[in-house]
Amino acid sequence: MSVVDRDAPAARADGTAAFENETPARPAARRGRSGSRASTVTFYSGIAFIVIYCLAPYYWMVVSSFRRTSDIFSLSPIPQPFSLENYAAVFDPGQSFGRALVNSVIVAGTTTVVALAIGITTSYALARLKFRFKRALLAMIIATSMFPQVAIVVPLLKLFTGIGWINTYQAMIAPSLSFALPLAVWTLTTFFRQLPVELEHAALVDGCTRWQAFRRIILPLAAPGVFTTAIITFIGAWNEFLIALSMTNSPDYQTAPVAISQFSGAAAFVAPFGSQMAAGVIVTVPLLILVMIFQRRIVAGLAAGAVK
Amino acid sequence: MTHRLADSRFAAALVSPTVLVLLLVIVYPVVAAMIQSTYGAAGLDEETGFVSDSEPFVGLGNYAAIFGEGGARFWNAFVNTSFFTVVSVSLETVIGVAMALVMNQALRGRGIVRASILVPWAIPTVVSALLWKWIFNSNGVANAMLGTDILWSAGGFASQVTIIVADVWKTAPFIGLLVLAGLQLIPEEVYEAAKMDGASVWRRFVSITLPLVKPALLVAVLFRMLDTLRMFDLPYVLIGPRKESVETLAMLVQDQASNVRYGAAAAYAVILFLYVFAVAFVFVGLLGANVVDDDARPRQTLVERLRRPGPSRAGVQS
Repeated sequence: MSVVDRDAPAARADGTAAFENETPARPAARRGRSGSRASTVTFYSGIAFIVIYCLAPYYWMVVSSFRRTSDIFSLSPIPQPFSLENYAAVFDPGQSFGRALVNSVIVAGTTTVVALAIGITTSYALARLKFRFKRALLAMIIATSMFPQVAIVVPLLKLFTGIGWINTYQAMIAPSLSFALPLAVWTLTTFFRQLPVELEHAALVDGCTRWQAFRRIILPLAAPGVFTTAIITFIGAWNEFLIALSMTNSPDYQTAPVAISQFSGAAAFVAPFGSQMAAGVIVTVPLLILVMIFQRRIVAGLAAGAVK
Repeated sequence: MTHRLADSRFAAALVSPTVLVLLLVIVYPVVAAMIQSTYGAAGLDEETGFVSDSEPFVGLGNYAAIFGEGGARFWNAFVNTSFFTVVSVSLETVIGVAMALVMNQALRGRGIVRASILVPWAIPTVVSALLWKWIFNSNGVANAMLGTDILWSAGGFASQVTIIVADVWKTAPFIGLLVLAGLQLIPEEVYEAAKMDGASVWRRFVSITLPLVKPALLVAVLFRMLDTLRMFDLPYVLIGPRKESVETLAMLVQDQASNVRYGAAAAYAVILFLYVFAVAFVFVGLLGANVVDDDARPRQTLVERLRRPGPSRAGVQS
C-alpha cells in the first residue's frame, strides 16, 4: 500500500510523457495481456464504442447542417440532397454572425494573450523558485480555478453598468481573466517543471542574471509549452458564455456562443435548427483543427494541468 | 537545488502581476458581492413611499427572503444543482474509467482515439447544448431511435435526462484522459505478478488498478464536481431560463442579476459560493484522509499533492 500511495501523485504529470512516447517495452507487454481472441474482440469493440460515443453526436450536427430546411427532420445518415442553404442563412446580414465571430476572436484572443503575458513569469516562479507564501499562492490559483464565475458577474455587471462598459470588449475580457489566468498559470507551471533545472544553473554560472536566464534560456525552451497553454486557454475563452451573455445586450458586441444561442428563424415559432447546426459547425471547426494538429501536446497539457 | 535561485525580491516581481490581477478580477468582486447581498433593489421605498435610485440597506433581508418567501425556488434550484452534480459526475466517472482502461490497452488506433476524445472537450458547451437540443427534439433522432414520442424539452424528468446526457457526453472523455495518465504509470510487472498469483481480472482491477489511479481520479472527480455545481450554459441553452425542472443555482443568480435585482442575485451567488467551498472542503478533507500513507509521512492535502513536482519523482518504485 505504501508503494502504491507514494508513487501515485506523480502519475498525472508523468502519464503524459508515457502517453506520448510509446516505448516498445510496454506495448509488447500489453500484448500479452490482451492476447486471446476474445479479449481482442472486446478491446476493439471498446475502441469502437469510444470513437462512436465521441463523434456520433457531432456527426449528426454536421449532417443536419447540410440539409435543406424542408428535409431538416430527415433521418438519413448522409444529407440528401446536399445543401449549403443553412450556411448561407448563417451569414445572412440580419444574423450579424460574422460580426459575432470577429468579436469572439477579439475577446478570446486578447484574453489568451493577456493571461499568458501576466501568468508566464508567475508560472516560472512557482515552478522554480522558493519563496514565502508560495503555497498560499498555489492554493489561491487552484481555488480560483474552481470558482463559480457567476459570483463575480453580479458585482461586475453593476460596476460596468455604472461606468458605461456594457457592450465593450473590456467588459468581457477582464472577467474572463478570472478563469483564464489561473488556467494559464497552472498549465504553464507544469510545463516549466519539466525543463531540466541544470540549464539555469549553467546560465547562472556563465554569468547570466536570473532574469537573463529566464528570458534567454528558459523561455525559448518553454515555447512549445507556452503555445500549448495558449491553445488550451484560447479554447476555454472561446467557449465562455455566461460573462459574454451578461455583459452585452447589443448584437454588435455579442460573441459567437451568445449569438448562436439567440439565433432567430426566418419565420417566428419555427426554431432555426438548420442554421443553428451550421453555426455550431462553423464555431467548432477552427477548434477541432487546432485539436487535431496539436492533439499530443494538448493531451499532455490537460493531463498535467488537470484543470478544465 | 533550487535554493540557489531563491531570491524573494525576484520572486515577488515575477508573481505580483498575477496576484494583482486576481485581486482585481476575483477578490474584489467577491467582496463586492458579499456587500451587495446586504442591499435591496432600488425602487419604491415602502416606508416613505418615494421612488429612490439608491439601493436600501437590508442587512440579511435577502437571505431571509431566499430561505423564507423565495424558498421554494431556491430549494428547487439547490436540489437540481445537487442532483445534476451527483448523477452526472457518477456516470462520467464510471464511463471515463472504462474508456481509460480501453485506451490503456490500445496498440493501434491511438491517434484516432485520442483525437475523438478531444472532440467533446473542445466543443463549446453552448454548441453541445444546441446539438443535444436538436437530437432530443420531439421529432428528432433520439425519439426515432428509441421509438418513443417523449417531449424532452417540456420539463420534468425528461428534461433533466437531456441535461445529464449532454453533460456526461462532453466530460466523460475528459475524465478518461486524466485517468489514463494515471494508468500509464502502473508498471506492467505488478499485473504480471498478480496474474501469476491467480488474481482474476476483476480482482486485479479492484486491488491494483483502482488504488493506483485513485489520486488522479479523485482530483478529476473534484474538478468535475465543482464544475457541475456552477453549471449554467447547458440548461440555459438546452431547455431555457426559468424552467423549474432544470434551473440551477447559477441560473438563479443570473436571472436575478439580469432583472437588476443585484442584492438578491449577490445573495444567491454568495450561497452558491459557500456551497462550492463547502463541497471542496469536505472532499479535500476526505481526500487528504484517504491518501495518507501508513508510514510516518505527514498528511498530505490536495494542494500539497498537486504542487508536488512530477518529473523528479518519475518511476519511483522502491
